[in-house]
Amino acid sequence: MQCDVLIVGAGGSGLVAAINAHESGAKVIVLTKEYPTRSQTCMAQGGINAALGNAGEDSVESHIANTLKSAHGLADESSVEFLCSNAPKALEWLDSIGVPFSRTDDAKIAQRKLGGASSSRACYAQDYTGLKILHTLYDRCLALGIEILSERYLLECITNTTDSNLDVSGVSVLNKRSGEVEIYSAKSVILATGGYSRVYNTHSTNSVSTTGDGIATAYRAGASVSDMEFVQFHPTAMKNSAILISESARGAGGYLLNSKGERFTNELAPRDEVARAIDDEILKGEDVFLDIRHLGEEFIDEELPQERKLARLYENVDPVYELIPIKPVAHYTMGGIEVDKNSQTSIKGLFAVGECSNHKVHGANRLGGNSLLELVVFGKQAGENAASYSKNKSQHISVDSSTCSLVDDAMSNDTLINFYEKQKELGELFYLYVGVKRDKSTLEEVKGKLLDIKKDVAKMGVEDKSKIYNTNLIEFLEFKNILEISELILLGAINRDESRGAHYRVDDMQEDDSRFKAHTVINSGVLKYED
Amino acid sequence: MTVGLKLTPLSIVGYSNMKIKIKREEFTEYEVDLENVTLLEVLNEIKTTQDPTLSFSSGCRSSVCGSCSVRVNEREVLACSYHPKDGDVIEPLRNSPILRDLVVDMDKAYDFNAKAKAWQSSLSKDVALTPEDEKMNEIQSDCILCSACYSACPVYAVNEEFLGPFSLTRVWRYVSDKREIDSKDKIDVIQTNGVWDCTLCNECTVVCPQDISSKADIEKLRARSSMAGYMDPSFANFGGGFGSFDGSPSF
Repeated sequence: MQCDVLIVGAGGSGLVAAINAHESGAKVIVLTKEYPTRSQTCMAQGGINAALGNAGEDSVESHIANTLKSAHGLADESSVEFLCSNAPKALEWLDSIGVPFSRTDDAKIAQRKLGGASSSRACYAQDYTGLKILHTLYDRCLALGIEILSERYLLECITNTTDSNLDVSGVSVLNKRSGEVEIYSAKSVILATGGYSRVYNTHSTNSVSTTGDGIATAYRAGASVSDMEFVQFHPTAMKNSAILISESARGAGGYLLNSKGERFTNELAPRDEVARAIDDEILKGEDVFLDIRHLGEEFIDEELPQERKLARLYENVDPVYELIPIKPVAHYTMGGIEVDKNSQTSIKGLFAVGECSNHKVHGANRLGGNSLLELVVFGKQAGENAASYSKNKSQHISVDSSTCSLVDDAMSNDTLINFYEKQKELGELFYLYVGVKRDKSTLEEVKGKLLDIKKDVAKMGVEDKSKIYNTNLIEFLEFKNILEISELILLGAINRDESRGAHYRVDDMQEDDSRFKAHTVINSGVLKYED
Repeated sequence: MTVGLKLTPLSIVGYSNMKIKIKREEFTEYEVDLENVTLLEVLNEIKTTQDPTLSFSSGCRSSVCGSCSVRVNEREVLACSYHPKDGDVIEPLRNSPILRDLVVDMDKAYDFNAKAKAWQSSLSKDVALTPEDEKMNEIQSDCILCSACYSACPVYAVNEEFLGPFSLTRVWRYVSDKREIDSKDKIDVIQTNGVWDCTLCNECTVVCPQDISSKADIEKLRARSSMAGYMDPSFANFGGGFGSFDGSPSF
């Protein structure tokens, strides 16, 4: 199969990129390991930021200032400016294609407050904002006739070297249904494959699919990754299930309470601060709860219907009358594939967008409402740039269609060790020691344990020998990606001897601008700090 | 190592194990030692500790991605929101080809969205929408495309090309949107294998995890169709509507 622009991932950023590449005249194919509309984007609840001023005064300047403050010096100012100043246009576009945003009485898009924001800036559709944006984008793709191929799992980025430059020429994927390796050749490739919060296994709000496949694949192909140690813990996941309760619950006036019924922190501080405050309480032996009872049933049913449903279903509490038990869990990964001002990675023709990329707009701590915005603003940029790159590239480079050693190895490995157990073990280790708070010596210990697991990988494999729909195989390949990503997180976390945003080191609690106001960039195992 | 996980003292309280049957090539019985869990957690337990060949789909674990719908005791549910009990029988969705075990191929089902032109045809800027306007399709836009309604729909037994409940709900979602200025295409396309093929049996409504009633949406689309000059072809052809297939009331 051949096309101009090949997009891997059909979440929000992949579909926005697809629409824009298509509208720029490129022949586009989108591949997804699931189906479109099943990605992580559908789980975004709170909103999408734009300084529209529909619910009180606001300005692009304030949006920029709030984003930079939360980023703790690690965001790129011009990227943040690009993001925030394009936000109103992004919302206008979403509105024009039919996203059913909630409305104000004067018929404008409704906005509400999220943490770290100086105004009510998050546009929302009840608490189904991501779901409704994603589905509308999907409908738009259908209207444009964009080809989306489901259930293709990304194996490798295919590259070749021209004039001593690494150049992308396509990807190989595993067709989950047939079990065959398929090669897609393309003039440019956009990775829109999502983040890596599932490194924390069940201690994450994320979909089970958020295993950093695109990042690990790009890294293996020779791309740089950056700021991998910055993992955002969402303050309010439900205690038993780790399912998210949106920040908009606190934005609307929800309280955080300990077992004594006392408030203990500013609920609307940026997420890193709130997560640490909760962690402190838990370490003191307190249980922590989210209290939205005083918001009233009518408000909750109107603005937060999903939260009520989830709390009843997964925690067996009705938040109209009861407290919701919560804990912080891994929610969003700021790090990702290093990209330049054009969304291009260090491999020519390979672009990245969305949570798998690092556009340096979130820095050390993302603001709620900025990730949905990121996928629209940079999705457009990546789609347009990949299309124009493909126009300037005259020919497809023929790609080798041999079988993939990844699959062969996985199928022929011994199965002496159950990899699911190791995945769980690693998730526990990361949650405990590479989580809200970290310590250099324990990070080193975790690294030792990780390397032990990696050493045993040859003894872990796939018991299911079926070619057809082998989820055991897919999950093993995802587990291998998790191992690679884990090592990158640890490398960044161990070397960054300071505390900044979501990376909080109990053995080094100060920000050290002289050494670390810089991005951690890793390529082929070599770590550098770059401005 | 077990922070956040509380061990359930099963043996102490004498809790009996739960047995469920899963339709694979043959019905296979599995026994698990879990309490207060979702069906998805049970499936994961089986896959990761007993039988890695068991195939099923899952995603968000929180009822919003639509990946894990299956049938339990002949009723469509999301595995992640259903609490299983001893003796439950788990099967894949109907009306779509089974790929393996509980996994079905949704391509054809999803294709009906495109066939029904379920999108906004007129891109318009600055159309003022009031909260009441937005409420017109708030529920319809909660759809997660889990395909439960598609599986429960009896029309597919007689017409495999029926546009189906979720696609028609999606059409209503756009037709009812004040920003859509030109819905004629959509009304035209739903006349064949569309709104008039529905038996109004309401099975789709009963199984929807998001409380959407495709049946009600189809009735609204019929009214719009009539306003556009279309009529029920069964009246035209047979002089009367035919009853629903399963004998359930039509209203």
